[in-house]
Amino acid sequence: MNSQARIASSTRRPLLRLETILLGIGVLALVLAPFYFYPIFLMKVLCFALFACAFNLLLGYTGILSFGHAAFFGGSAYFTAHAVKEWGFSPELGILVGVAGASLLGLVIGFLAIRRQGIYSTMITLALSQMFFFFCLQAPFTHGEDGIQNIPRGHLFGFIDLEQPLYMYFFVLTAFLAGMFVIWRVIHSPYGMILRSIRENENRAISLGYSVARYKLGAFVMSAALAGLAGGLKALVFQFATLTDVSWQMSGEVVLMTLLGGIGTLVGPVFGAALVTGLGNYFATSELPVTLVTGIIFMICVLVFRRGMIGELYASRLGRRLSRRDDED
Amino acid sequence: MSMAAASPGLSGSASAPGAGPDASKPVVLSARGLRREFGGFVAVNNVDLDVRHAQVHALIGPNGAGKTTVFNLLTKFLQPTAGTIHLLDHDITRTDPAKVARMGLVRSFQISAVFPHLSVLDNVRVALQRPNGLATQCWLPMRSLNRLNERAMQLLETVGLADKRNEPAADLSYGRKRVLELATTLALEPKVLLLDEPLAGMGHEDVHTVAEIIREVATQRAVLMVEHNLKVVADLCHQVTVLQRGEILTSGDYRTVSQDERVRVAYMGTEHD
Repeated sequence: MNSQARIASSTRRPLLRLETILLGIGVLALVLAPFYFYPIFLMKVLCFALFACAFNLLLGYTGILSFGHAAFFGGSAYFTAHAVKEWGFSPELGILVGVAGASLLGLVIGFLAIRRQGIYSTMITLALSQMFFFFCLQAPFTHGEDGIQNIPRGHLFGFIDLEQPLYMYFFVLTAFLAGMFVIWRVIHSPYGMILRSIRENENRAISLGYSVARYKLGAFVMSAALAGLAGGLKALVFQFATLTDVSWQMSGEVVLMTLLGGIGTLVGPVFGAALVTGLGNYFATSELPVTLVTGIIFMICVLVFRRGMIGELYASRLGRRLSRRDDED
Repeated sequence: MSMAAASPGLSGSASAPGAGPDASKPVVLSARGLRREFGGFVAVNNVDLDVRHAQVHALIGPNGAGKTTVFNLLTKFLQPTAGTIHLLDHDITRTDPAKVARMGLVRSFQISAVFPHLSVLDNVRVALQRPNGLATQCWLPMRSLNRLNERAMQLLETVGLADKRNEPAADLSYGRKRVLELATTLALEPKVLLLDEPLAGMGHEDVHTVAEIIREVATQRAVLMVEHNLKVVADLCHQVTVLQRGEILTSGDYRTVSQDERVRVAYMGTEHD
């Protein structure tokens, strides 16, 4: 009984702890950022950050490496674009169409990919997303090489004019934070615990009676849906949807972002996405090809800090103290 | 159920292992004509097996005899090429492994199977989540699992791991991992327990503890175990089935089996004289 009491006390959370403060600072920084930086760039970072976090839900917390996440991101961008431009949907409904489409794609691709494990599963995601790429190349509604252009941002809920960059920014920020909250909630839930146990030892999870395929498929669809949210937002931010977003390079980019930031950390992919997007922007005007720079950074990362930026921070002594508390809630 | 009292003196007296298989106990797991081929190689051939309630059944045999393959077949991690398997009254020959586990046939693994980066307590809680209907909620906080703590701690106390509850499972010694795996398996309250070399690699003290736990849990369920420690087999098991080159050589109580000339030649002769 004594031990019972001790367990209970160790799981009680302090009201205000370091993480809460850091979270507050982060959100405040994001709220103030558009007054100091170019909003379009910030929105791009947020979209990719959400995309990477969605991807990380699958890789970091379930142990499935998808090399076809561009299908969900870019697919949703097309669906949102089409719904808004051709059907005259409001932006929030357009994004819902995108998310629904991405979820459906996730259901199909995930259903087939989780039949196999490891590299075989990854190859299936790559193959299917490439099939989707060629579908997008041929299908009339995507307008092939031209893509869907001049997508109207419209009025959110009918009265918030998203043509205003600042309104658009806060719309994207809200969606981003909502997406992050969903991910945080899922990984710190009973379901997230089962996902972790499947990642740790799949056979053991099976022998405990868990139909791992269903749990994996659930995570796959959630990840696809959130990637779809990111893709839909990006289509509205840039007001176009193109083949770039469904290409395999995009699938590779999100892997890179996640690895650089830190697999299996909640905020790591955000920093990874910021770094990759930032470098892309910075070197866009320089003579040095950006792929060379990100390639070198990636090699340094793999050689020197394998856990990624945030992953290394967590592994440090300060980080271990933080994460231990994190595990207990 | 009081597994906490794993005292050697009390248990085992009702049906002493030495007396051999007790035919009055109902068969809970049975296999008929079990066969498995890998390519052209026949790993398991024509294996008949009856595991009875409240009995410890040992599966022994030299390396490569097909013991683990039989385990994988029974728990459906492998599909049999031929033969049938019945659990209680259900034909599970084509059932998937997770379903079989939910029906009450739970296994441990030869290589210790824990969730290394989860704490000792979480390892047991993961096993408790599904039977308690707490496995699919992706909207509840982790705190909702705290109501499993009491049962999880009971199980950990049974195996003597209560003081290690907050350590990552990866930090435990090999023997302790096996013990944790046993506690996790018991969390499901299985009807049939399949233990693949539960004592391998354990220190002397752990061997005794775990043997007593197995004896205790077997008073309420069937246990089938692969084990190389013949002293424990002799002491613990009601029935011994000897496997050689994928086929059953003989089956019976330990004394009969150990005096069988073929068994002595194939397996025990050099080791137990």
